[in-house]
Amino acid sequence: MTEFQSRMETAARIAEAVYGLTVEWQPIPGEVEVVQATLAGREELPIYLTHSGEQIICICYLWHDKEVLAERRVALLEALLDLNIPMPLSSFARVEGWFVVYGALSRQSRAEELAQELATLSENAVDALDAFAEYLK
Amino acid sequence: MSIFNKIVTAVRGSVRELGEAVVDANGTRIYEQEITDARHALNQARQDLTMVMAKEMQAGREIERLAAEMGRFENHAVAAMDKGEDTLALEVADRIVALETELAAQQQARTEFAASIARLKELIKQAEAKVREHERELVMARTTESVHRATQSISHSMGSGGSKLLSARESLERIKQRQQDLADRMTAAAELDNEIGGQALERKLEAAGIGENAGRRDAVLARIAARRAVPADESGDA
Repeated sequence: MTEFQSRMETAARIAEAVYGLTVEWQPIPGEVEVVQATLAGREELPIYLTHSGEQIICICYLWHDKEVLAERRVALLEALLDLNIPMPLSSFARVEGWFVVYGALSRQSRAEELAQELATLSENAVDALDAFAEYLK
Repeated sequence: MSIFNKIVTAVRGSVRELGEAVVDANGTRIYEQEITDARHALNQARQDLTMVMAKEMQAGREIERLAAEMGRFENHAVAAMDKGEDTLALEVADRIVALETELAAQQQARTEFAASIARLKELIKQAEAKVREHERELVMARTTESVHRATQSISHSMGSGGSKLLSARESLERIKQRQQDLADRMTAAAELDNEIGGQALERKLEAAGIGENAGRRDAVLARIAARRAVPADESGDA
């Protein structure tokens, strides 16, 4: 198990104890280290964690570009910008065609902060999906 | 072009280009080399700076010493003239001239050292700004590269695992349905608990002779007993 994975394992236990969330995680094969975390009850919105240099990046994929209603596209983009700051700890972004919510943490973040990030990001993702469903097909 | 502009251009062009255009290994190496070079220049400039500053301080001390020495010999010259020792006074004057020349040289050196210090400080400031700029660009390039690669892995995983084959709306429906199920189950459990708990209490109250059910059996028996008694009298009358 890598250092990052063991931190992830601790974070999963903390998430259970502190936030009452059951977190399952597994590494994803590829060129860079990526971990997929699934929260019980929100299996459709897994969180992907990867690290780069000084950062840990946690990403939750919301919807693909092609799901956006063409006539509501501008309104959606404006709403995303407007909500970016009010949304606690997470931000909206687009990664290769996918609209995502993500949070960036320092590479040195402890498992406690990782657990909090998972809990917050997951809640933000569900809320965002609920709020923006009207812009989607 | 700044890294930020490169990323913007690459994103506009094609997502596929992002991997190569911004973050090719060669580009990353160039940034790393420039950071190393700038750091090296920075260290060299810092060493030079401390050396020149030390020399400036030495020159300052030498200037003070020479000025004091000149003052001392001028007093001697006055004393020699007062005593009519003109030859000696002349000798002292020669010494003062030599000291004056040395003082001028030291002052010149100190001015040059001061200029060097200003130049080196400016150089250090520029090198530091350059290191910071390159480091920031390197972080951006590396993050773009890393997220790009991570996305490739995630897309692959989503494709094979099927976790994102659902549309966002379908995902939302499922999550909401699950939350509703949970809420319903909790409500049902609460109702059941309430019901069973309530009935148990009623029974206990009844057993203790409390509540509206208490004493009903006795009342019924009493009513029947009364009926039995009354018809007996009535039939006797008929």
